[in-house]
Amino acid sequence: MTDLIVIGSGPAGLAGAIAAAGTGLRVTVVDEFIRPGGRLLGQLHQEPSGEWWNGIKEAEKLQHEAHALGINIRCGVSVYNIETAEAGWKVYTNEGVLEAPFVLIATGAAEYPIPVPGWTLPGVMSIGAAQVMTNVHRVQAGRKGIIIGANILAFAILNELQLAGIKVDRVVLPEKNAVSRQAGEPEAVIRSLLNAAHLAPSALLRFGSRLMKNETIRNIGTRFYPKNGLKINGTPLQLRKAAVEIIGTEQVEGVRTVDIDAYGHVIPGTDRLYEADFVCIAGGLYPLAELAAVAGCPFEYIPELGGHVPRHSETMATPLPGLFVAGNITGIESGKVAMAQGTAAGLSIAKQAGKQAAASGRQLEQAIEHVRTIRQQVAIQFHPDIELGRSQMNEQWKAHEGTSVQPGEKIG
Amino acid sequence: MTRIIDHAILGKLDSLKKVSFQFNGKSYEAYEHETVAAALLANGIRQLRVHEESGTPRGIYCNIGHCMECRVTVNHQPNVRACLTKVEEGMTIESGRRHPTPLKKTEGLQ
Repeated sequence: MTDLIVIGSGPAGLAGAIAAAGTGLRVTVVDEFIRPGGRLLGQLHQEPSGEWWNGIKEAEKLQHEAHALGINIRCGVSVYNIETAEAGWKVYTNEGVLEAPFVLIATGAAEYPIPVPGWTLPGVMSIGAAQVMTNVHRVQAGRKGIIIGANILAFAILNELQLAGIKVDRVVLPEKNAVSRQAGEPEAVIRSLLNAAHLAPSALLRFGSRLMKNETIRNIGTRFYPKNGLKINGTPLQLRKAAVEIIGTEQVEGVRTVDIDAYGHVIPGTDRLYEADFVCIAGGLYPLAELAAVAGCPFEYIPELGGHVPRHSETMATPLPGLFVAGNITGIESGKVAMAQGTAAGLSIAKQAGKQAAASGRQLEQAIEHVRTIRQQVAIQFHPDIELGRSQMNEQWKAHEGTSVQPGEKIG
Repeated sequence: MTRIIDHAILGKLDSLKKVSFQFNGKSYEAYEHETVAAALLANGIRQLRVHEESGTPRGIYCNIGHCMECRVTVNHQPNVRACLTKVEEGMTIESGRRHPTPLKKTEGLQ
């Protein structure tokens, strides 16, 4: 018997399981991957304090805590459907159907792909794939790589690849088109990087971004951005170059680029070919929310949160009875925020389940307050207007409060 | 591809027990508890299948089970994601092959 099924053993899922189990609920966690930890596993960066954030260690801590509380963590289990049952929810997995009154969906995020001609060649991978190969599996993604796309995730992982002794030849932009949009415009990329200035992986870039806060300087800066790029620990960041094709027959052999102007327009006659045996595409993250959709949860479209997000309250409840969400499925943020959200979700579930400890104290209120505090403190902030996105979601929740929602019609 | 045995921050790999497996009829060595995708890349193999219709080569893309690009046949079970499957002693893995497209061929005749 299980009171709560948690889908996803990342920071949100494990923290949620731990908080709920701490009040006496029986919890089962399922995850597709071979080990618990989710996106924590790949994370490795230096905090502003100089301390290292080692995601593998953090995941192990959570895993130990979960085991001490008797939480059943089942890896290698994929969930493909959720339906309402007589008393709660049915969760369909490759190892059979699980049933419980409460479900916490903590499926995290997926990466936006940016299609580039030749991107199906072996050796082309998402930036997150290179991170997992390097830090989790400890196999080098290749000998010499090129990153297409300049965003906060790309820089964090560039740093991790460098730490593992992998040569990243250069970072270029995708060619501007209907899919890449602003990711292909140097001016827009610089503007978005300013918000991550404190995280910039080199002092030079940090210094540069302070100057660039001034619009005039920014415009001049973009126009006169050095052709060879600014170097990040030895890897040139070439904001005025765009990848137009990935070359190779059996696997990646190189990337063809062109020079672009500040707005992403191609400058004719500037073709260059750079050799590489792997290419990382960095398109950014979006909430992985299919299961909430299948369950029939209403969604809100909030770009600041990363796109379409299941409607939810600050107590991490969805409009569907017994169905909760936490972590990146609610909006793209740091793993630390996900963990805090997980705790709030776990306590919120315990309160609804009538667990004395969670219902009587101020634990839940404190957990919700803690989410806000962590949000203000974290080093990695994926969207500059995250607070705006969060308040929009709260408004939507309040606007719909009291209207009943029926779980979705069975599909298929 | 080179394994990262000793990492500046993460330290040394703790488990170095080896298992052997077969890929397309050839024997390879892997570390216990790693995925099929990681074991193959460590052996220098990037191509996991070909596109069922066009026959063009494919490898891992997302490495965490979302994209379905790394489908292989494991112990005769087709369409298994190499990035989510632990390699085991004696496992036989086959790359995904091109499929016939009989309907396409007759299109011009109609």
